[in-house]
Amino acid sequence: MIPFLFYMAAAIALVSTVLALTRSNAAHALIYLIISLLAVAVVFFLLGAPFAAALEIVIYAGAIMVLFVFVIMMLNLGEEGDQRERGWLEPGVWIVPAILAAALMIETVAVISMTEGMTSGEMVSAKAVGIKLFGPYVLAVEIASMLLLAGLVGAYHVGRRLSERRRGGIS
Amino acid sequence: MLQNTVLIPLLPLLSAVILIATAGRLPKRLVATLGAGSVGLSAILVAQLSIAWLDNPVPYSLHLWTWMSVGDFQPGIAFYVDGLTVVMMSVITGVGFLIHLYSTEFMQDDDDYSRYFTYMNLFVGAMLILVLADNLLLLYLGWEGVGVCSYLLVGFWYKDPANGAAARKAFIVTRIGDTAMALGLFLLFTELRTLEIQQLAAAANLQWEPGGNLPILACALLLGGAVGKSAQLPLHTWLPDAMAGPTPVSALIHAATMVTAGVYLIARTHALFLMAPPVMLAVAIIGVATLLLAAFTALNQTDIKRILAYSTISQIGYMFLALGVGAFSAGIFHLMTHAFFKALLFLAAGAVIHCLHHEHNIFRMGGLRTRLPVVFWSFLIGSAALAALPFTSGWYSKDEILLATWTMPWAGPWLWAGGILGAILTALYSFRLVFIVFWGEAKTEPDRQPEWRMAGPLALLCLLSVVGGFIAQPLDQVFPAHQPEHATGAVAWITMGIAILGVIVAYLIYLSKQWSVEAGLNSPGMSRLREFWYSGWGMDRFYDSLFVSPYKTLARIMRNEPIDQLYNGIVQLSLWLHGWLSDQQSGQLRRYAASMVVGLILLVAVLAGAR
Amino acid sequence: MGGLVVPLEHVLLLAGLLFICGLTGLMIRRNVIFILMSLEVMLNAAALAFVAAGAYWGEPDGQIIFLLILAVAAAEVSVGLGLVLQIQRRFKTLDLDQASRMGG
Repeated sequence: MIPFLFYMAAAIALVSTVLALTRSNAAHALIYLIISLLAVAVVFFLLGAPFAAALEIVIYAGAIMVLFVFVIMMLNLGEEGDQRERGWLEPGVWIVPAILAAALMIETVAVISMTEGMTSGEMVSAKAVGIKLFGPYVLAVEIASMLLLAGLVGAYHVGRRLSERRRGGIS
Repeated sequence: MLQNTVLIPLLPLLSAVILIATAGRLPKRLVATLGAGSVGLSAILVAQLSIAWLDNPVPYSLHLWTWMSVGDFQPGIAFYVDGLTVVMMSVITGVGFLIHLYSTEFMQDDDDYSRYFTYMNLFVGAMLILVLADNLLLLYLGWEGVGVCSYLLVGFWYKDPANGAAARKAFIVTRIGDTAMALGLFLLFTELRTLEIQQLAAAANLQWEPGGNLPILACALLLGGAVGKSAQLPLHTWLPDAMAGPTPVSALIHAATMVTAGVYLIARTHALFLMAPPVMLAVAIIGVATLLLAAFTALNQTDIKRILAYSTISQIGYMFLALGVGAFSAGIFHLMTHAFFKALLFLAAGAVIHCLHHEHNIFRMGGLRTRLPVVFWSFLIGSAALAALPFTSGWYSKDEILLATWTMPWAGPWLWAGGILGAILTALYSFRLVFIVFWGEAKTEPDRQPEWRMAGPLALLCLLSVVGGFIAQPLDQVFPAHQPEHATGAVAWITMGIAILGVIVAYLIYLSKQWSVEAGLNSPGMSRLREFWYSGWGMDRFYDSLFVSPYKTLARIMRNEPIDQLYNGIVQLSLWLHGWLSDQQSGQLRRYAASMVVGLILLVAVLAGAR
Repeated sequence: MGGLVVPLEHVLLLAGLLFICGLTGLMIRRNVIFILMSLEVMLNAAALAFVAAGAYWGEPDGQIIFLLILAVAAAEVSVGLGLVLQIQRRFKTLDLDQASRMGG
């Protein structure tokens, strides 16, 4: 039963990802991407990482995707955006990336097929993650916090309106 | 008195400096006085010195100042005077003065009168330094000095490119020998820590084993220098071309003095050469080979000066033969007599050329016996001495050489036979010249007669050519006492009389025409041989194809700078790569992504392949 | 609740395929928003590989790296979306090919 769930979730993740990246409407693509992320969250859960699964849903599918939604709404692309997007997706664009992707895929399959072994099936609880996180990995946590701070400041700086920047006299 | 030695080379040099400084602005009369007078004064000083020195013949040296001081290498500007030096100085200043005097008339019509005497004085100064030097480095200075003057004077009439080419050839060919000599000096100094000639001999006796590798190598290198300067095989090709210069130059530089510098060098360093018997043998063999080759060539030349040039090469061959068999005084004796009679011959030839509108071809002369009597007698006496007819100066010296050659161990008779053959040929070609030029019908009329400034030196040189054989040379202390003994008996008689045979043959062929050799000479085989001899045994062509042409080809290849082409190729490649890389910087994000993917594919392939 | 027991290579294959999907999307799309989405997919795929490895060893380290990747993704998206807004304002388009000012 559980392996079936895994393969199901994997199939959903792959299909929805492909659909997400081939849409011409950004909002639709975003919905497919959320589905893909949810499927991956299921995989996490099945692999015995419930904490990661929860974060995947909360932060990825929740927070980050909401950011995307906001931005798409702000840009207000509309129907003509869709048209233009479809024009950009004509078959000619596909050829070289498809060849490269195929080559990389063959290699990936070949490399990964060399690995052997089964997943352990053990559950790794949030408690264990937390203990490890604030034990040996505390420095990484600090670095991640700095990164997030930098991201915050950077996003604030980049996201200002031009008129504001002019007023600030920066440019 | 002995302090005046310094003035001997100084006077001509001073005169040269004055002539250089005035750059041809002085009147010709003053230039002539200065040019010939300075050498004349030197000659008087030499005469005084010789008389003073012969009273008490002890070698002495005169240290003027230290030239340079590098560690224990301290060559001085220092003179060394012994019998050999006195002989050489007498020849140089005496013959030199006569030739200068002659030149004042010969060059009368030349625009570059002053330049001519500048070079000539410079030459005499350098040559005197060469023979006076007490160390080999100072000798080398004089050696190169005379080389430069030779170059300048051969190319004196520089407006004709052929003369310039002849000058360059003379300079470059002798340079090959000079390089060998420089290497020899380096070797001598590194091994013996001195270049002073007297100390050198002592040090070599102390440190070297006779017949060892070092003395052989050192002497072979010095021999290289001597061969180049004295126009011996295989570096003789420059001398015939050097006749492009004015005839008095040929007389002074290319007959009497400079070309015998090689003989002087070997005689001067004979202590070293005696320690290298194989090199001595080589000297003798080079001498014989050269004298025969040059004699055969002289027999076929038509240019009066080229005949004399080849005869000079041939006579220096005799001197080398003498040195090679250890008869050093005989060699120097021949050097002196040769200087007299060859200078005489060249000056007489110059007079012929001067009076016949610069005609060089002997077959367009003829019948000059009555038209130019002074020149005729000079030439006749000179030729007699050259052919070594009995009781002329050349006879005494050449006899001494050949008789000494006979007694040389094991190779002696062979070398003697070569010398004898050469003597017949010498008589033959010299009297061929006399009979063709001065007998027969006149083909060109002389338009003037030599005046006293030309006739005087000729007369004096005639005298010297006749009585030169009686001049005793103070060489006993210079060279080892046990020089080869003279052969006696039949060998001696043949040696003494052989020249007469040559003259008779020449008479029969060229004057009385009783022997008709025309048919024989014009047969196909013979004419080809004559052609071969005429071209100097094809040596010029041989060197041309062996060295000059390959060098020119190489130069032509190098003109396109093939190595630079390689570097240019690298430049082009990096430029192309640069362009290609910079094209990749397109600013197109998707292309960046694609190239990263390509890199990823390759990287994974490599890593997977490595596993 | 017992965990999943599947061959590790299947999970890694899923991660690899997701990653290639993202990469392909990156190469194909010209719209900045889609490029950012592709990046998200790729980051997510990498995170999946880490979690799978953690599950294989039964250790929490995989999840910890996932957390760090999450932080990176969050920072990247916040700055990236800010840039999207700026691009739209400046060039009046989201086409990255037209926004190329660095052309060599």
